[in-house]
Amino acid sequence: MARAATMTSASFGYKTRKFFMSKHFTRGSLAVIGFFALWQAGSMGLMPFMHAIPTPVTVAGAFWEFMCTGKYWQSWMDSTLRVGYGFVAAQILGIPLGLGMGWNRNFKDFTYPLFELMRPIPPLAWVPVSILFWPTNESSIAFITFIGAFFTIVVNVLGGVSAIPRQLVDAAVSFGASPRQVFWRIVLPATIPSIVTGMMVGIGITWNVVIAAEMIAGNTGLGRLTWEAYLAGYTPGIIVGMISIGLAGYVSSMAVKMIGDWLMPWKKVF
Amino acid sequence: MADNGSKNKQSQGKGELVLQDVTRVFRLPGMPSCTTLKNCSFTVPRGSLTVLVGPSGCGKSTLANIAAGYDHPDSGKALINGKPVTGPGRDRIMVFQETALWPWMTVMKNATFGPTMLGGMNKAEAEQRAMALLEKVGLKDFKDKYPAQLSGGMQRRAELCRALVMSPQVMILDEPFRGLDVMTRELMQEYLLALYRETGLTMLFITSEIEEALFLGDRILVMTNLPGTIKTTVEVDLPRPRDFKVLATERYRQIKSEVMESLYEEGAKIFTKLDGAGDLMGSCRAES
Repeated sequence: MARAATMTSASFGYKTRKFFMSKHFTRGSLAVIGFFALWQAGSMGLMPFMHAIPTPVTVAGAFWEFMCTGKYWQSWMDSTLRVGYGFVAAQILGIPLGLGMGWNRNFKDFTYPLFELMRPIPPLAWVPVSILFWPTNESSIAFITFIGAFFTIVVNVLGGVSAIPRQLVDAAVSFGASPRQVFWRIVLPATIPSIVTGMMVGIGITWNVVIAAEMIAGNTGLGRLTWEAYLAGYTPGIIVGMISIGLAGYVSSMAVKMIGDWLMPWKKVF
Repeated sequence: MADNGSKNKQSQGKGELVLQDVTRVFRLPGMPSCTTLKNCSFTVPRGSLTVLVGPSGCGKSTLANIAAGYDHPDSGKALINGKPVTGPGRDRIMVFQETALWPWMTVMKNATFGPTMLGGMNKAEAEQRAMALLEKVGLKDFKDKYPAQLSGGMQRRAELCRALVMSPQVMILDEPFRGLDVMTRELMQEYLLALYRETGLTMLFITSEIEEALFLGDRILVMTNLPGTIKTTVEVDLPRPRDFKVLATERYRQIKSEVMESLYEEGAKIFTKLDGAGDLMGSCRAES
């Protein structure tokens, strides 16, 4: 594992260069460029219903203006931190909880019904209680973000533990592994693919949730930025906000994917 | 300490497995109970390669699980060197039908997992032992690969090594070559025989293929249909080392027809149960 990790970091620059020259990158770029071209054509009156949408060129201008302000970068910072706190807290609490529920029947008996009762409550339904409960606005938004990622990771980990092929555990027991060793050396690594899947899904949800929470309860952040542009009737600003959210989500998914690939040298995330 | 270790090693690998009147009944809620094994008794003598054949679904895997300690009989018992089996243990290593290599460990890590458990060998010693075995099955250059990077046959060989490195009292192989293509399968049989020759471990090999049973075994235990028990024991007195030439001998054909006879009787029972087509049995025989 350690060897594979060092190999990855040693050849990272080379791999990055190779990626930008690969057909995968070319295809992806073509799709993005094509999308913007269609949009440009549409908002120039070549497609119906798009007269209210500013052209990409106008948006690019607005983007530049935003980027010159400190507020824009502060919004990035605030949203990213909220996602970071919520996401990391969800992993720290959710992974052990899922492992515990999958590993110990008694523990599952106690926790699972309560968990299933809470799970269907959408993160945004937590907003009022969260505002009342948490002392600061910041902590209540981070909490709502946490809710978004928490249930996903627990369900994934629990599913992962339950799906471990029986013979993987049986073999280890035969080889003389103690329950402790079975847990740390078999159950935990066998669950890593499910943990990574849970993280991949979870990071997307946290961005969805943080934006919505900011629109309702926040004073800052990319969601608030978008909402303010709407309130001000400044359409290019709305789209700058949307694109920024998209970029932020993309970058964080890539980061999670890299963590996943590092955690599982024996298989690629996708 | 070291002296003890070497003594231990010598006595290892030559255990005797005895099943005494084993009965196993599966009871599932809402379904009629199913007697899978009934008064099943047999002995796997020290250092022998005993093969268990039987029609599919006759309780072979249940037997294997009981011998390995994963499952417990409702009555009767399994004994290793006269001591009753109470649970899984290092003295009985099972090679499963489906691959049970740990996908996150390299071949070498898989092979040294067992020996380093419970304060066994140190890492260097375990690697040395594993290496010797991996070399024998042609996996030396693949020791740092993950299982997913190996072919099906290589995975099975790695798994054999992982089991053999423990020098268990008894090795239980539950249809280990199922699902491999014919060529790979034959190759695997030869690897297994080579390893058996060198280690002399006691092996219980379970299969549904008669040819495989004949090629590998010292003795063949033929199982009946449900409820499973041992129907006949056939001694395979073909000379070792065996190769494909043995398939052309008269003695091979004699033993094969003897085994087939009793197997087809069992197989045909299913058909007679289904629609009373007694003459199906006849046609099976004519073909053999």
